[in-house]
Amino acid sequence: MFQWFSTAVAFGVIGLLVLITVILALAAEQSIRTFGLGFLTGNVWNPVPPLAFGAVPFVYGTLVTSALALLFGVPISLGIAIFLSELSPPWLRVPLTYVVELLAAVPSVVYGLWGIFVLGPVMRVSVEPVIQNIFGSLPIFQGNPIGTDKFTAGVILAIMIIPTISAVSREALLAVPDNQREAALSLGATRWETTRLAVLRYARAGIFGAIILGLGRAVGETMAVTMTIGNRNAISISLFDQGQTIASWIANNFLNATDPLELSALIELGLVLMLMSLVINIFARLMLGRVLRRGEGAA
Amino acid sequence: MTFRFDRDTRRRWKNLAMNVAALFCVVLALIPLGSLLFEASVRGFRSISPSFFTLTTGNGGIGNAIQGTLILIALTSVIALPVGILTGIYLAEYGKNRVGAAIRFFVDVMTQIPSIVVGIFAFSLILELGASGIVDPRLVFSTTTGVIALSTIMIPFVARTSEEALRLVPISTRESALALGIPRYRAILRVVLPSASSAVITGALLGIARVGGETAPLLMTCLGNQFWFGGLDQPCESLPHTIYVFALGPDSALNQAAWGASLILVLMMLGIAIASRVVIRLRSVSG
Amino acid sequence: MAAKIHTETMSAWYGPKKAIEDITLDFEEHAVSAIIGPSGCGKSTLIRCLNRMHETIPKARVEGKVLLNGEDIYALPAVTVRRRIGMVFQKANPFPTMSIYENVAAGLRLNGERNRDRLDAAVLESLKQAALWDEVKDSLEKSGASLSGGQQQRLCIARALAVRPEVLLMDEPCAALDPIATAKIEDLIFDLKKDYTVVIVTHNMQQAARVAETTAFMYLGHLIEVGPTRELFERPKETLTESYITGRFG
Repeated sequence: MFQWFSTAVAFGVIGLLVLITVILALAAEQSIRTFGLGFLTGNVWNPVPPLAFGAVPFVYGTLVTSALALLFGVPISLGIAIFLSELSPPWLRVPLTYVVELLAAVPSVVYGLWGIFVLGPVMRVSVEPVIQNIFGSLPIFQGNPIGTDKFTAGVILAIMIIPTISAVSREALLAVPDNQREAALSLGATRWETTRLAVLRYARAGIFGAIILGLGRAVGETMAVTMTIGNRNAISISLFDQGQTIASWIANNFLNATDPLELSALIELGLVLMLMSLVINIFARLMLGRVLRRGEGAA
Repeated sequence: MTFRFDRDTRRRWKNLAMNVAALFCVVLALIPLGSLLFEASVRGFRSISPSFFTLTTGNGGIGNAIQGTLILIALTSVIALPVGILTGIYLAEYGKNRVGAAIRFFVDVMTQIPSIVVGIFAFSLILELGASGIVDPRLVFSTTTGVIALSTIMIPFVARTSEEALRLVPISTRESALALGIPRYRAILRVVLPSASSAVITGALLGIARVGGETAPLLMTCLGNQFWFGGLDQPCESLPHTIYVFALGPDSALNQAAWGASLILVLMMLGIAIASRVVIRLRSVSG
Repeated sequence: MAAKIHTETMSAWYGPKKAIEDITLDFEEHAVSAIIGPSGCGKSTLIRCLNRMHETIPKARVEGKVLLNGEDIYALPAVTVRRRIGMVFQKANPFPTMSIYENVAAGLRLNGERNRDRLDAAVLESLKQAALWDEVKDSLEKSGASLSGGQQQRLCIARALAVRPEVLLMDEPCAALDPIATAKIEDLIFDLKKDYTVVIVTHNMQQAARVAETTAFMYLGHLIEVGPTRELFERPKETLTESYITGRFG
């Protein structure tokens, strides 16, 4: 009887998921009907007649900031994972792991606040001008750096996904059996060579899964990005220009939507975001599932 | 075959370089954390004063924001904790089959829904219900809608952490309870759940912390409120939302106050994290 | 014949626990030496001190001297020592993400060998020495983990031999293998001593009698007796040795 009850609750939770999908689809229906697939190829957002709404600039912004996040976040996360799993003295391991986890405990809006008043000015005054001096000939580094731009948003996203990627990677590295390390060491490999040869190769599926998981987080992140990206609806090549992501655009415009069609379009954007996040996370789970299963088999 | 000595030294230098690089990555990641905590403490401290807690956000304080966050967390927990833990129990104890695997998969999917989408969902749900006349359409911007959104985030999270917590309990514990002739459901409630309690509680506290820091889903559900809490059908202020509004406003005094609010929020999160560690410590001593 | 490896009052610890005490022992060149003894006697610890693998365990410590051709191996870089003294482990541990070829070539690549022809030749020779060439010559690109247990172990032997060590240490190499695979490896050990010095740890006395010229018997971390295998088994000097050999304890 209790079994029946808890089963019912569990099914109820799934019912909630169904409800979410249904409600969102219903609310987005007007927009879907009006624009069809053109929504995904359109790049205008016109809230006054003639009404036209397209998702491309936001998908672009999401992809750019997420790519930046991975570019900066992945190497640092791997470095942390390798340090904690292979190199760290035992007494340092637990406290350091805990501290890195602390990065994940900070709310997104606080990151955004720090981004506006601390990181942004640093970017504007020190970092971006220097980059422009050296690489200014490249189109991605042109424009007028004011510190609130896709670059800064990408950097903050990188910081926010580091705990995710490093924690899951660390698990993958720890799952590598010691006999693999011994095999490499007995051939005369240095510590780093052992890590490269025996550990990283063995754990590569898990590491890849960790990275995809981090990507999933980056794509859905809202507040920190909204507060640091500038929220300008335009597709521009330069990283030092303002931009927008799907999440930041919804956050900024949802309450300002006057026409019900615009509201519906924003909700459709939300559906697009949900779908992106879903696909990415299922992919990550597939990668990690293989790792977990293989770990059990090899033991 | 002899190997040249230079190559060996080169390998040793490379080893040293990579080790240093790994350490450097750790330091690099800790810099923003350090900066954030430092700035929040220093800048935030300047705003802290008794009036900061007694004034409403309309007057530059955060009293109603703290009140709002506490109310939202409390109401969400009342709904989400039982539902989440029960789901976790189902997954861990009865969900070992195909159906259970499917449910687990979908619960995982739910944990990954971006929080702003959850906000849109709650908004749209009440909008639909309002349009059909089932509820007052003005309920769209209210504490209730906010609680719906936050619960939708908290339930799958707590379900998974509870499941993991219950899985940690060794099979032998379950078996010895059953061998005593206790019916299964009582074995779960009276034996298995208590032995997993510290992990379950930790999961619940983490869920509360997570939800307490969320802003995006609140933007279009419970909105914000310059005054003290006015009822479940009224918009509700919250700490994260206050930080957002104060930070983006042109008033530099409010910008400053955003840091104070952040400090309070971070301290609350820290408090919850410490509380969960204390719970684990207490439980492991007595258990 | 000269002593290839000489240990002088060597002791080793795992943290506070002393595992082996005051071992003074010679291992002769181009010969097979066996170390036997009951579980827990320290024979694995002893062999791991010979190529400085013991110290890779946290809080592990070694005291005393180990000389390779008269050189103190604890004064040389560990990486160099491990290349000159190779090791094969109880459970075969080929790299599963690498092919058979890449497994054997792994040690050479670490040392900077890039030339494809030289690598091919070395892989061929090592697999022949490990008596595995005929069985895998047409499937070198298959994963190292796709072989049977006995084949995997011979792959590990080939991998260890590829870097041309002077000594090959074998820590109960046949413990996880069936009698047929074991026999193949014992035959191969017999051939190896022409070019290498082999030290083998085994819990199987008959194996020691089959392959080794010299046998050392250890008990509770101490070296009890060492001598020509025949003599140790037929006319042991210590009563402890005799008890072990006659099976009074195991």
